[in-house]
Amino acid sequence: MANKVIYAVYDDPEQLKDGARKLVSSGIKVKDVFSPFPVHGLDPIIGIKRTRLGIVSFMFGITGTALAVLGIWYFNIYDWPMNIGGKPSFHYYQNVPAFIPVTFEFTVLCAAHGMAITYLIRNKTLPGLPARNPDPRTTDDKFIMEVRTADNHGHSSEEIAGLLRQTPVTEINERQC
Amino acid sequence: MNFTISKRASTLSMILIGVGVLATVAGVLGDHSDHHQRTWSALLVNGFFFFGIGLGALFFYSLQNATETAWSVLVKRVYEAVMGWIPVGAIVMVVVLAAGSMGLHHVYHWMDASLYVEGPNYDPIMAGKKAFLNQPFFWVRTLAYIGTFVFAARWFRKKSLEMDGLTGESLVRTHLLTYRRGALFLVFFAVFSSTLAWDWLMSIDAHWFSTLFGWYVFSGMWVSAMITGVVMVLYLKRKGYLPQVNNSHIHDMGKWVFAVSFLWTYLYFSQFMLIWYSNIPEEVTYFQQRINEHPGLMWTTFFINFAVPMVLLMSRDAKRNPRFLIGVGTVIFIGHWMDINMIVMPGAVGHHFHGLGLLDAGLFVLFLGAFIRVVLGTLAKAPLTPVNHPYLEESVHHSI
Repeated sequence: MANKVIYAVYDDPEQLKDGARKLVSSGIKVKDVFSPFPVHGLDPIIGIKRTRLGIVSFMFGITGTALAVLGIWYFNIYDWPMNIGGKPSFHYYQNVPAFIPVTFEFTVLCAAHGMAITYLIRNKTLPGLPARNPDPRTTDDKFIMEVRTADNHGHSSEEIAGLLRQTPVTEINERQC
Repeated sequence: MNFTISKRASTLSMILIGVGVLATVAGVLGDHSDHHQRTWSALLVNGFFFFGIGLGALFFYSLQNATETAWSVLVKRVYEAVMGWIPVGAIVMVVVLAAGSMGLHHVYHWMDASLYVEGPNYDPIMAGKKAFLNQPFFWVRTLAYIGTFVFAARWFRKKSLEMDGLTGESLVRTHLLTYRRGALFLVFFAVFSSTLAWDWLMSIDAHWFSTLFGWYVFSGMWVSAMITGVVMVLYLKRKGYLPQVNNSHIHDMGKWVFAVSFLWTYLYFSQFMLIWYSNIPEEVTYFQQRINEHPGLMWTTFFINFAVPMVLLMSRDAKRNPRFLIGVGTVIFIGHWMDINMIVMPGAVGHHFHGLGLLDAGLFVLFLGAFIRVVLGTLAKAPLTPVNHPYLEESVHHSI
């Protein structure tokens, strides 16, 4: 039996959440959902693990702080101490208030860029990569739930489609894969 | 569902007030400063700190109205209850300021009229500030602030209770009215929050000035109010009230504590760094005195109010853990109380200030007990969650 992908199209995020709840309670695994905007409260329903992007962002931020401190210490204290505003720079700690803004900015720069680039790579959505969206209407006003028969052994595609029809679905498309 | 004050809470607040009175009396007997300057300053610190919590709640409440925020609708009664402290706090402020005006204490050095006339006490710097720092104008401003705050707090509360009995179009109309009035109040608050900090706190060090001072004091009030709000909601939930408030609401309130802590840190540090860098004698005296004479108080305050929320409240799980949130919140709350002490004491008491003691702790406990009684009393007067509000349904389904 060939594996199939089923795309269930909904008009409304709340209806999609109800549909997902129904499927999951019948023991069916929902592969993914495509929507024009983030649907709050959907992740726990379809069993998506919590994102680790926050941890990544923290790591990049710490890296930025460390690089900034190291750089400032090397340029302004070790290599070429400069007397700015009557404040001689022989020790890092003596001038630390002056270094806080640039340390902060560099932390934010590293955290924000690192997080954004990690996100794009992890999702395979770097500029120029082909879109993996099954239906362009999900970028406008449709919400699509993707169910794969390969994830659901013991449930035929007809059975899954039958369950889907009991939810407020507007259309069901099947594709071979 | 209505809230009733439990016997335990009532007894506890009475015990706090009792212990506070005893400690305060003991502290006052040990106060040998001229005109009981130390006692009056401690009264100003605590009066202002708790008044500031009421103002922070009023500000946050009108901010929620002006932005038509939906998630906070379920907990709006808690902030209304905190706003119930504003009239009491205003009375304490007026007593302290009036005592200064009558010469009962010299916390406000500039109130001495002889500074402005030619003679042995003549102070050219103060004479240059006479257009702003003179008693009639000071009292006009003070009464304008207090009048505006008391009126706004009562008006918002009245409309909120009125909306409980409305439905349909009249409900939406009243909601839109509170939305517009919320925005209008923010305009007044934007000016008053700065000028009241200049008048009541910055004028203690009358020769010194800092343009950031008003925002710095305001951000401290705001954090304290956010902590009070989240601790009260957690207390009510523990007692079985507010069943519809879920983890997402708690998480959002924790985020406010976290975020506003950094607003405070940002403003505190900006003020400090600019003064430290330029190193102009007339500006740097403020920090010279505090760093040299009270380094412990100054750095502890900064550490508690910056590092504690930064490290402990960063993770999502921390903001969803009630016990942890209450513990960290309490520490930051005390940190901001110490901050107000740090602002007032060195300028008002000078060399007679030897750190915080029995008097300060006693007055804090006394005010805390009275604050709990008044706020819980206000809370018990109305349904704990709004009965009708255009965004009530959305707030119940809040999920992040």
